[in-house]
Amino acid sequence: MNLHDNPGEAGAFTRREFLGSSLTLASAALSVPAFIQRSALGLTQPEPGASAIPGVPQDHVLVVVQLSGGNDGLNTVVPFRDDNYRRVRPGIGLRADEVLPLEKLGSGRPTNLGLHPRMEALKDLYERGMLNIVQGVGYPNPNRSHFKSMDIWHTADTSATGDGWLGRYFDAECCGEGKGESGTPETQPGIAIGRTAPLAMQGEKVKPIAFETPDLFRWTGEDVHPSLVEPYHELTSAGVRAGTDPDSNASFLMRTALDAQVSSDLIRRAVSAQPLVDYPRSALAQQLTMVAGMIRAGLDTRVYYVTLGGFDTHAQQGGANGRQGQLLGQFAEAMRAFYDDLAQQGNAGRVLTMCFSEFGRRVGQNASGGTDHGTAAPMLLLGPMVEAGVTGDHPSLTDLDQGDLKFRIDFRAVYAGILEQWLCADAETILGGRFRPTRVVKRS
Amino acid sequence: MPDRLEPTLKPIKQGRFGYVQARHLLWRAGFGGTPTQVQTLVDWGAEKSVDHLLDDQIPFRADSADSFDAEIMRPPTDDERLQYRAALERRDENTLARFRAERQRRQVRDRAQMREVQSWWLTRMIESPKPLEEKMTLFWHGHFATGYRTIEDSYHMYMQNRLFRRYALGNFGDLVFRIIRDPAMLAYLDNNDSRKGKPNENLARELMELFTLGVGNYSEHDIKEGARALTGYTFEHNRFVFRADDHDGGAKTILGRSGEFDGDGFVTAILGQRACSRFIAWKLYRFFVGRTPYEESDRDPSVRRFVRELGDELLGARYELRPVLRRLLLSEHFYDSRVMGELIKSPGELVVGAVRSLHTPVRDLSILLDAMDLMGQNLFQPPSVKGWDGGRSWINTSTLYVRQNIMSFLLTGKKPHGYDAMAEVERYDPSDLLRPLASAEPGAERDPRRAVDYLLRHTIGDAPDDARATLLAFVDEHGGVPTPEIITGVLLLISAMPEYQLC
Repeated sequence: MNLHDNPGEAGAFTRREFLGSSLTLASAALSVPAFIQRSALGLTQPEPGASAIPGVPQDHVLVVVQLSGGNDGLNTVVPFRDDNYRRVRPGIGLRADEVLPLEKLGSGRPTNLGLHPRMEALKDLYERGMLNIVQGVGYPNPNRSHFKSMDIWHTADTSATGDGWLGRYFDAECCGEGKGESGTPETQPGIAIGRTAPLAMQGEKVKPIAFETPDLFRWTGEDVHPSLVEPYHELTSAGVRAGTDPDSNASFLMRTALDAQVSSDLIRRAVSAQPLVDYPRSALAQQLTMVAGMIRAGLDTRVYYVTLGGFDTHAQQGGANGRQGQLLGQFAEAMRAFYDDLAQQGNAGRVLTMCFSEFGRRVGQNASGGTDHGTAAPMLLLGPMVEAGVTGDHPSLTDLDQGDLKFRIDFRAVYAGILEQWLCADAETILGGRFRPTRVVKRS
Repeated sequence: MPDRLEPTLKPIKQGRFGYVQARHLLWRAGFGGTPTQVQTLVDWGAEKSVDHLLDDQIPFRADSADSFDAEIMRPPTDDERLQYRAALERRDENTLARFRAERQRRQVRDRAQMREVQSWWLTRMIESPKPLEEKMTLFWHGHFATGYRTIEDSYHMYMQNRLFRRYALGNFGDLVFRIIRDPAMLAYLDNNDSRKGKPNENLARELMELFTLGVGNYSEHDIKEGARALTGYTFEHNRFVFRADDHDGGAKTILGRSGEFDGDGFVTAILGQRACSRFIAWKLYRFFVGRTPYEESDRDPSVRRFVRELGDELLGARYELRPVLRRLLLSEHFYDSRVMGELIKSPGELVVGAVRSLHTPVRDLSILLDAMDLMGQNLFQPPSVKGWDGGRSWINTSTLYVRQNIMSFLLTGKKPHGYDAMAEVERYDPSDLLRPLASAEPGAERDPRRAVDYLLRHTIGDAPDDARATLLAFVDEHGGVPTPEIITGVLLLISAMPEYQLC
């Protein structure tokens, strides 16, 4: 056996086919992974979609789209009728004949706002009543460091310390009263697409699953040589070995290893399925294809997290065309494809998407045709359930704080809206304070 | 086996210190060792082995290395301050933008340096002839947890790391007197803004709750008074300064003692509490011996008594750590079969331990650090002031794959997806690992049964029969000869076993 060359020519070795799923190896009740047991119990529950947690619909999904680098909000949702806008953005400002003007939903009256010209797809979603733009979102004493401000958004804490806000949500869900002592979270953790899991999803108890491609959410040792596959499964997927103290760490590790094998199979199967619509070719679209696949496969994951980077446009940001426009175009088209896919699946109504960036950019453009780090910016909420339209007023372009927009809505008020109206969770406990929730989900 | 753990610090009997015990000692008081190293400890016996681990006089070339830039995050000069203020008044946006850009450049450089410091420390853990010193440095980092992203100064983090190493096996009390003067800690817990009349309570609170006494052993009043005692403790650039003007020198009552305390008076009052020695004993027990609850009443009675004795020993030794650790590492309790192999390796222990116990190549520090981050242990960035929770919180379905896959990387050099795959792959040669078997009994290393048993004993200790059978079948399938390639395959499989995560 050669571990270092191409394992393709493995024919020389007798390789017994690994039959069936890892479950065939599991016999004792202890060996059944925790969430398979739960699904079995779930069958006895009277209502579909009912949850172990009273009052919480099991099937609501939140997708977070992080636009990293600080997206320029002023050129995303543009107050193009404001004379001050053209004054502060002489080079990269968008002309009235370039922006995609938004009409008030229902009345069709013109508004003062337009979308960046590359976001036709987003305008389309707006007109279909699937977009809510929350204007001027930020927080007090804004921090202009990427890292610090990102941590503030992730922890929902202006000192940027503590667990992630979604992590705290998972902790509250899984390890609330009378649960969680076993150390095995009862809820499926959230899934982040990326090399590292975002702080936002790190709870004290529940940690997210993170992978760049699902192909990495598995043992990569099997790539070394095919003859390793079968012994690997025998050694890791046998569940709890007879004679192991059920309270021991060894037993805990054996259960988790079996859980990992089952989730890995499930996720990789889910993602390998052909999507129902054509997605554009972009990194974000690729990530959303995977998320849609997992939703379609019926994973009981409640939160997915994807990221699009590159918004740190200190130079050559461009107006209608340029770096920001390219990214916004990718973003808008990926989102539309995602919701088209979900609609085909019949799942669109289950999936709310929240998009944010760590900060907006300065009002005035700089000397390199770009913008520097700023403060408040719009947040976007998508899905057929959202309170469609525009929330809040655009921050003033003249009443500035050291050249930056003054925020009008605290981002934690939006989090509170999502937690209470969509995830049916106790926002005050999770956010560690009371923030008057914005209207995120349409009143039913 | 007796039906309960030995509840006292009674030492392990002579002659009870064999391969299993020596291997356990090397993992717990270090990061594991090769079979040859384990055998050396067996030959030395328990006392000499423990004394060797506690010896800080062993020379290590890296001790004097200090090539990090202390000036990256230096405060602005008076001249720069004046310029900046003038620009603010003139609303000179260009100058202000230049200042901002310069600051951003420095931050970028500083983050790069933080990465270098991470690599430097990981290398020390891998190479140091004093593994217990590095292990205790890691212990203090988790105990006095301070995070880089909050303080954004890599040199301060580096200075703190050196502080932990200097006192790693020294006097805990001295370390506390130092930590209230440590720039990274002062910044992390906001004491640099704590002034007479408006004290910031953050450091005073965590000092008692997390660093010395534990919840329930002080009052809110003690926090308020302690915070007053710490006013004026701040730093300038890389140096501690005490600002007398900002210090509240008035009378205070802390933990039942009264006086015009400053920070040292506050710490002295804390160290006089029996609760402090018991709290540190509990933390040491969790780190070296096993998980046991914070509340004494929830602990196994033998463990409760053992930790109490350890705490009393610490107080009796006036917080000298070396004699206390010596008793701990020589105790019968520490070598009980219920204690051995029942801790979950931290990501650091897993990664460093693989290199130290299997002699795999180091391959790529950056990948190892990334993997540690993915497994939940980003050096210099603990999740909060509480440090790493440890134990089962290290493990979930996602981190378990990272654990298996980083082992696969170390053993075979197959890079995780997303990294440059062009680099030369250095082959791992496991022959050295089997050498002691070969020299003890020439030919045994070619017997698959003997080789597999030997590897299992070295890597996970007590191995179940069906696992042995699986591994033997694998060797058989490849001609039944344990060549280096096959041994690597066996190790690859063993390192994926759930039991491999234990030490």
